[in-house]
Amino acid sequence: MTVARIKAVNLAWWILPVLLAVSFVAAVAVGAVYLSPWQVFAALGGQDDGGLAKDIVQAIRLPRALLAAGVGAVLAVCGAMLQGLFRNPLADPSLIGVTAGASFGACLAILLGAEVAEIFGSLPMVSMAAFCGGLLAVALVYKVAKSVNGTSVATMLLMGIAVAAFSGSLIGLMEYFADNDTLRRISLWLMGGLDAASYPHAFLIFAVLCGLLASMPRFGLSLNVLLLGESQARHLGVDVERVKTTLIVLVAAGVGTSVAVAGSIAFVGLVIPHMVRLWVGPDHRQLLPLSALAGASLLLVSDTLARTIIAPVELPVGLITALIGVPFFVSLLHKSRGSH
Amino acid sequence: MALLQAESITVCVDNRPLLSDVSLEVEAGELVCVIGPNGAGKSTLLTALCGETAMDNGWVNFKGTPLHNLSARNRARQVAVLPQNNPLTFAFTGLELVSLSRTPHSTGNERDRQICQEAMAMLDVNHLSERLYPTLSGGEQQRLQLARVMAQIWRAEDGGDRLLLLDEPATSLDIAHQYGMMRAVRDFARSGVAVVMTVHDLAHASGYSDRILALKQGHSMAYGSAESVLTAENIQQLYGYSVTVIPHPLTGRSLVVADV
Repeated sequence: MTVARIKAVNLAWWILPVLLAVSFVAAVAVGAVYLSPWQVFAALGGQDDGGLAKDIVQAIRLPRALLAAGVGAVLAVCGAMLQGLFRNPLADPSLIGVTAGASFGACLAILLGAEVAEIFGSLPMVSMAAFCGGLLAVALVYKVAKSVNGTSVATMLLMGIAVAAFSGSLIGLMEYFADNDTLRRISLWLMGGLDAASYPHAFLIFAVLCGLLASMPRFGLSLNVLLLGESQARHLGVDVERVKTTLIVLVAAGVGTSVAVAGSIAFVGLVIPHMVRLWVGPDHRQLLPLSALAGASLLLVSDTLARTIIAPVELPVGLITALIGVPFFVSLLHKSRGSH
Repeated sequence: MALLQAESITVCVDNRPLLSDVSLEVEAGELVCVIGPNGAGKSTLLTALCGETAMDNGWVNFKGTPLHNLSARNRARQVAVLPQNNPLTFAFTGLELVSLSRTPHSTGNERDRQICQEAMAMLDVNHLSERLYPTLSGGEQQRLQLARVMAQIWRAEDGGDRLLLLDEPATSLDIAHQYGMMRAVRDFARSGVAVVMTVHDLAHASGYSDRILALKQGHSMAYGSAESVLTAENIQQLYGYSVTVIPHPLTGRSLVVADV
């Protein structure tokens, strides 16, 4: 690594963890009842100050903050992995059809009025349907793209677009035939939200995040080499087929789970890895963990704003992520183009 | 037994033969140039030699066994391939790009860095270490990619006798860097590497190769030393263009000049 790169990476490893810690404490402290950071720490530590602080933190805000951080990290890591796999900095988890499939599953469940039925503990039917829809879409995309000559990334992209368009039309049809009440529920769900947060949700997303984090040391270097093209990666000793299959399964599980627990939250998976790459370079050994930190921070800040900006109304968090992320992204793009 | 043995390679795509019955033997330390008109099957030959293209007939042995018998990592320590086009849009620095070559090795960061710098010095790209790859010119990118594949199989102690396949590495280099590159590749071959490269400039083939393979429409038309292959008659038959072959005024090597 060059001197400038090492400096940028070191700086990022200082700033992003601090940013995550600060946004986490802020997410727990800010809300309808304001809590001081000391109250937050006391409540997190399990001390009862006689007021409502402990209940508010442990029952309401902590699971929600955990869920926001988990979903943000998972989406950002999945985005970074897909961009590396497709060798395209504009790739996004929705490209392989997983988001569209999950949305279709969720809409179907909402339309069929199954949102009250709870199966598997506290995971509602809608979440399960979203998860199944996402996996089904990816399985379809992957099956078509896989041939005797291996998996074609180009076919996979085209198939992803086809699956997304198809589920888009089906969702449109369902919206057309839905009554007003159902239509509103569908469109709210499509905007993404963390209001259904619970400990099981948070636990689920963290389990997936742990899987992704555990895979990073193994796939960081392989992804770097894959950027040279599949044939070069093969010549450099990478088992390309195995890497591709494992990454697709990881991303499908990651995005599928996050859509299931928080709806479709756009932008995080596309732009966070892109921003981190502009900052520290394309080395996936740094890019993947730093993206996780940045993604978690962005979603925490966005959700805090979504809850408080026009309280007591809660905005869908998916709207906020784009609103605060895009200006930052544009300025970064502008700066990086200016420097060359 | 030669390091690389290829016997009657035949490759067909959509029932159209791209290569028919091409045989080749290359020893470690030897540089073989493949010449021929566009579409003669030069690149196909390289992809067949490294096992990337399935053959309809024939076989290729490296150190006496087919390449696919080696584990991926073990193979990557002994065989490096540079294709014609190497698109890369991600902003690696020059040194980061060359360092990717050491992925199959576990020689340690310090040693890897030293090897990359030696390879980069050989191709005159040390000054590009900190530059971002997408911002470089085509020739600079090409030289960095060459340094990368050479660093991949740099040391004999990592892979013994090694094989390097280069597809038109001289493309987009200026004349000084073209000859510098040819000299670097030949010196590299002498360190125990069998090199097979496709070239368009016959002066490169004449000046630096140990043997030349002339391919025409997928057939091996001539194979041997530069003097025996680069005759006016052969070249006319190969390219369908009339030429004169004269000795180079300084080196005495065969020099092919077009008649008009």
